[in-house]
Amino acid sequence: MAHSYTPGLKVLQKTLFRKERILPLKGKVLVNKGDILNPDTIIASTNLPGNVQMLKVNNILNIEPRDVVDCLVIKEGDSVKKGDMIAETAGIFGMFKSSVESPVDGTIESISESTGRVIVREAPIPVEVDAYVSGTVDEVIKNEGIILKSDAAFIQGIFGIAGEKRGELVLVSNSSSDELTSDQITKDMEGKILIGGSFLSLDAYKKAMSCNVAAIVVGGFNYYDLKAVLGYDLGVAITGTEKLPTALIVTEGYGSIPMSDATFELLKNNHGNEASVNGATQIRAGVIRPEIVIPLSSDSESEDSLSKEPEGIQEGSTVRVIRSPNFGKIGTVSSLPSELNKMESETMVRVAEISIDGKNTLIPRANLEMVELQ
Amino acid sequence: MSKKIKSILATDCGSTTTKAILIEWKDDRYRLTFRGEAPTTVEAPFEDVTKGVLNAVMEVEELSGRTILNGDQIITPDNGEKGVDIYVSTSSAGGGLQMMVAGVVKSMSGESAERAALGAGSIVMDVLASNDGRLPHEKITRIRQLRPDMILLSGGTDGGTTTHVMELAEILAAANPRPRLGQNYKLPVIYAGNNKAQDSIQSTLGEISDLDIVDNIRPVLERENLEPSRDKIHDLFMEHVMAQAPGYKKLMSWTDAPIMPTPGAVGSLIEMIAKKEGISVVGVDIGGATTDIFSVFEEKFNRTVSANLGMSYSICNVLAESGLDNVLRWVPFDIDRSELTNRIGNKMIRPTTVPQSLEELVIEQAIAREALRLSFIQHKAFATSLKGVQSERTISDAFEQSSSGQSLVNMMDLDLLVGSGGVLSHAPRRQQSARMLIDAFMPEGITQLAVDSIFMMPQLGVLANIDKKELKDDASQAALEVFDNDCLIRLGTCITPVGKVKPKSKMAQVSLTFKDGSTKEIEILEGSLEMLEVPYEEVNINIIPSRGVDVGAGKGEPLESVIFGGVVGLIFDGRNRPITLSTDPSQRIDSLLNWSNAVDEYPKGDLF
Repeated sequence: MAHSYTPGLKVLQKTLFRKERILPLKGKVLVNKGDILNPDTIIASTNLPGNVQMLKVNNILNIEPRDVVDCLVIKEGDSVKKGDMIAETAGIFGMFKSSVESPVDGTIESISESTGRVIVREAPIPVEVDAYVSGTVDEVIKNEGIILKSDAAFIQGIFGIAGEKRGELVLVSNSSSDELTSDQITKDMEGKILIGGSFLSLDAYKKAMSCNVAAIVVGGFNYYDLKAVLGYDLGVAITGTEKLPTALIVTEGYGSIPMSDATFELLKNNHGNEASVNGATQIRAGVIRPEIVIPLSSDSESEDSLSKEPEGIQEGSTVRVIRSPNFGKIGTVSSLPSELNKMESETMVRVAEISIDGKNTLIPRANLEMVELQ
Repeated sequence: MSKKIKSILATDCGSTTTKAILIEWKDDRYRLTFRGEAPTTVEAPFEDVTKGVLNAVMEVEELSGRTILNGDQIITPDNGEKGVDIYVSTSSAGGGLQMMVAGVVKSMSGESAERAALGAGSIVMDVLASNDGRLPHEKITRIRQLRPDMILLSGGTDGGTTTHVMELAEILAAANPRPRLGQNYKLPVIYAGNNKAQDSIQSTLGEISDLDIVDNIRPVLERENLEPSRDKIHDLFMEHVMAQAPGYKKLMSWTDAPIMPTPGAVGSLIEMIAKKEGISVVGVDIGGATTDIFSVFEEKFNRTVSANLGMSYSICNVLAESGLDNVLRWVPFDIDRSELTNRIGNKMIRPTTVPQSLEELVIEQAIAREALRLSFIQHKAFATSLKGVQSERTISDAFEQSSSGQSLVNMMDLDLLVGSGGVLSHAPRRQQSARMLIDAFMPEGITQLAVDSIFMMPQLGVLANIDKKELKDDASQAALEVFDNDCLIRLGTCITPVGKVKPKSKMAQVSLTFKDGSTKEIEILEGSLEMLEVPYEEVNINIIPSRGVDVGAGKGEPLESVIFGGVVGLIFDGRNRPITLSTDPSQRIDSLLNWSNAVDEYPKGDLF
């Protein structure tokens, strides 16, 4: 049977979710294999080297770099407190002295006779990595972190901003085609993950941020509005480090697009459940899609469908149209003709015949995405 | 004539699409017979480039009815019914080469490192610098998140202070970065900073990375020395990155010649055209993530890569860099601005889609004009520095960071403009490719236009470079014959007088004498665009420009020459240079529709 390969976004009611949780640099892993984890459980910690302050002592004292050493009242390795004296000139007859004080608590890391700079390293910065999702420790990666496993519902979005968040899922839009409006967002939604329908306006997103909503999952958002949120034009889709109180996960694309029924129903059925989300996206090599993970309470073993190789589009496959016209619509593949077909644009492409709302239409295969249901 | 090679399978693994072509010896010459394509499969969940290759080859099998594959194996040699004699491939998959660069001062060594990396054809994911305002742990997190293919570390002048560059090295060491592709090898790091710090760098980074030390990129503040770093980036890309990309080891074992990077193969072919015909050439390859421009002027070959100017992964960056108004000026109908930006955004997040409606096609081609225009601006600025003289930057350049010296690119001297890449090669009408090339590159005087018909310059480039003695002659014959017969589609010639004249007044009088002896007179009026259908054959042209107008022989000087038609024909462009569009929307739309209709660019209907 004819088939084509077009990876789609995952919408899985139940799967074995596995996640690597590692430190930014080597440190101590605080949990053991088999331990049960909450999203907030700290699984590993380390100390990052403190920030470095460079003091241009020669400039401040208005002396030559080589004379700096004679004025220092500290030596390499000394601990200093904020305000402690670092260097002082002799002055004239003991008067009119100039001095340099440490701007921070820290350690004198180095003194350069050639540049006259003194480097103060601040105290190490403790860094902790949490579990992100409820589950158990499947594997410990020595000195680095763990691989967590969890029975969970799992949904991939198409695009997101801001990093990891967690909270209770709250269904706000009544249908997948409803816009999530700013008046639906209230102060008591602080820390919650809101489920919208087709669209979120900039105003509504701003309101959510002002209410400290943890995240919003919605069908569409205006590309144009991203600049107002991020402060810059998003040229390539690499996100995740934005410091925003509210993560945004767009499931369908830019514009007002009803959330796919499969996604909406799965989220709706989990209203009131705890979920973890991550808006990080990288649409380049090493593609990363934003995700919504909803740990399930069931004890039954789940199939590891996440790592299964997806099948290509085949006759009977459920697909989503991912470019206009018919953008966002879901249909079933009736046939996959092998010959090239001419589109309205006169482009010659390989097509799939799709039944959408009972009507057959030809769509370029490249404009289709598998909807993976389970 | 008996041939050692009777059939050739060649693929190009692009960042979004893998293209396969079948070349066969038929009727005493090599011809392209079938082609197929499939999405590239370097990414998860497939993570094996050969799957996309097999899918593309399967399409060739389906269309040709010829069996080429036996399961996951390419059948060789050709036994008359099954298999092919040789298989070659090029690659730019995985979004090309992705690098992170680091320098002590962002605007100095940081910028030099960035320039070296860009010049080598990479995408610069981030520039780390001591003074970039980020805390060390933020830098560490960033390095770990981005997972570059390679890092270039620079900083400090030779013999100067080593502290800052060492701090950057410490940050890198602390991050212990993992390479993007493959888990079992160390990330290549190139050190091109203060030579006094080399030993300390070796002890800090030698263990955790695959460290290479080259000459300082900024040996003194006033001088830039990019070449050693660029060369090393190229070497490491071939040795490490390509070899680690998922499935490439398997792919390498299938091919009869080393896999060439796509831009390298295209560049070698462009050079071949210029040399063979003794002309000045500009070639462009517009891809999903980047746009490569190649030029040969005064027999000097230059190549630039405009990272982040492309038609899918980087399409929003084209919008960000050119501005929405510059894209919209090419669209001859009203469209809601937020609707347009959403469509472009959707192309970025679903990069493999194709325009189904005419409206979508027009918008995509408007964006292509801007991507090409911006890339060419960058090329003109870079082409000077590649001469070698301009790589010596003065202290004033250090502050201004502006390009200096004359660009080699002179549009009046340009003989041939070749376009390749999906949006140009796959344009449904050749007139569209011609218009995109003319509007973006703005050729002057007499310029021949061509496109790579189905984007096979990369495959032919690698074919022409086969070294195996027993295959070399047949392979290069095949490359040249297919290039002449099937690859390069001669669109025609663009005749553009340039000079100040009153609107709608005569710019030049053109007399044409055709092969059959017939003649034709044409007046080129300011602001007009006209097309004359002439097939690919010689036409004698005599141009008498108006006073103050140049067509290549100097202002007001007449010019006689031999030009060629093509699948589009002769285009007489009276729109002067630069092409300016009215700020009044209705006038602008009128002009666009007139120009489109004059060259039969789009199908007639509601929009045109």
